[in-house]
Amino acid sequence: MPSLKDLKNRISSVKSTQKITKAMQLVAAAKLKRAQDAATAARPYAERMAAVLANLAASAGGGGPKLLAGTGKSDVHLVVVMTAERGLAGGFNSYVVKLARQKITALQAEGKTVKVLTIGKKGREQLARDLGSLLIGHVNLSDIKGNDFAESAMSVGLMLTKSYEAGEFDVATLIYSQFKNVISQVPTAQQLIPAKAPEGAPKIDLGGAIYTYEPDEAALLEALLPRYINTQILSALLESSAGEQASRMTAMDNATRNAKDLIKALNLKYNRARQAQITKELIEIISGAEAL
Amino acid sequence: MADKLHFSLVSPSRELFSGEVDHVIAPGTEGEFGVLAHHAPFMTTLKNGIVRVLEGDTVKMRIYVRGGFADVTPAGLTILAEEARNLTDAKAEDVDAEIEAARLKLLALDAADTKQFALQEQIAYLEGIRAALAN
Repeated sequence: MPSLKDLKNRISSVKSTQKITKAMQLVAAAKLKRAQDAATAARPYAERMAAVLANLAASAGGGGPKLLAGTGKSDVHLVVVMTAERGLAGGFNSYVVKLARQKITALQAEGKTVKVLTIGKKGREQLARDLGSLLIGHVNLSDIKGNDFAESAMSVGLMLTKSYEAGEFDVATLIYSQFKNVISQVPTAQQLIPAKAPEGAPKIDLGGAIYTYEPDEAALLEALLPRYINTQILSALLESSAGEQASRMTAMDNATRNAKDLIKALNLKYNRARQAQITKELIEIISGAEAL
Repeated sequence: MADKLHFSLVSPSRELFSGEVDHVIAPGTEGEFGVLAHHAPFMTTLKNGIVRVLEGDTVKMRIYVRGGFADVTPAGLTILAEEARNLTDAKAEDVDAEIEAARLKLLALDAADTKQFALQEQIAYLEGIRAALAN
């Protein structure tokens, strides 16, 4: 039976935890708003880019540059795992890592060589435990302020295209958390390289006219593909960041509610203990008086 | 000019402009080109430079773009810029400060850093804006 003092301490500690989780929830809500705005603002560019690429790729047929057509084999797979820099966001990071693990195991079972690139600290920490030997690199996101991911997306894209050209891998898959809405983030695997022209992109009606390309189609595709990959990475980063905040908001909301329940239960226990003590003291006094 | 051209300029971070205009002049890699309404379908890469939006014969807006694509379809002209800045609201002092900051960042990097290339491009872009503002 804990003493009254212990209970009191316990209650005040839970109360301060509740204050922290409440504050974190509010901060996450504010950040979520900003992250969502950034993701929405980036959408027109990504959509147009996809439409342009689909259009060009269709006219290039099955051929085209290596980034589109592939190396012709699929022996070495690069899995890019995108997670958050911070924890305390419910299962956000773990779900992404879980999908990554499944993907890696499946690929290894097929006899492929797997390399892993991590973006965001949490994914690296979790994967390093058992798959440390597969990690080939890491991208740090901790020094990014706000939602200014453009530079990181560009350097990741550059890194990927360079090592692809150098023949270090055949297929790159990005695993990230897709932001469906505030309560649902879906871990998704998306093939980055070779680039996949988006399906179902609206066909542009030229009204019978023929496209003029300047320079020619091949050169255009060559210039467009790295940018398309950068764009995909950028939108994944933005969605992942929005998802992280949404997930943290939900997690912290739950934690706050939990703390509230706990405080209620502890208070009840405290009052009972206090009353028991008073009763005990009264009995002692009365029985003492009776003995006289 | 009766017919208007639908023009939109988007960068990865946001949509800078979308609307009906008379005439747009853009810096293609193989030369500057103008687009009026009912232009034939056309696609090109862009180099760093100024996109001018004309209303009648007067320049209504000047936007500095860093690389990207222009796509002309019967629906209108779309410019996908890597980065873009409206020169009407840009201030020379701010751009100077940004150039300075980018230079310092570049100096702080290792020679092997992959970000170096991106930063150099960034500086070239900012200097382009600065030069465009001086005119």
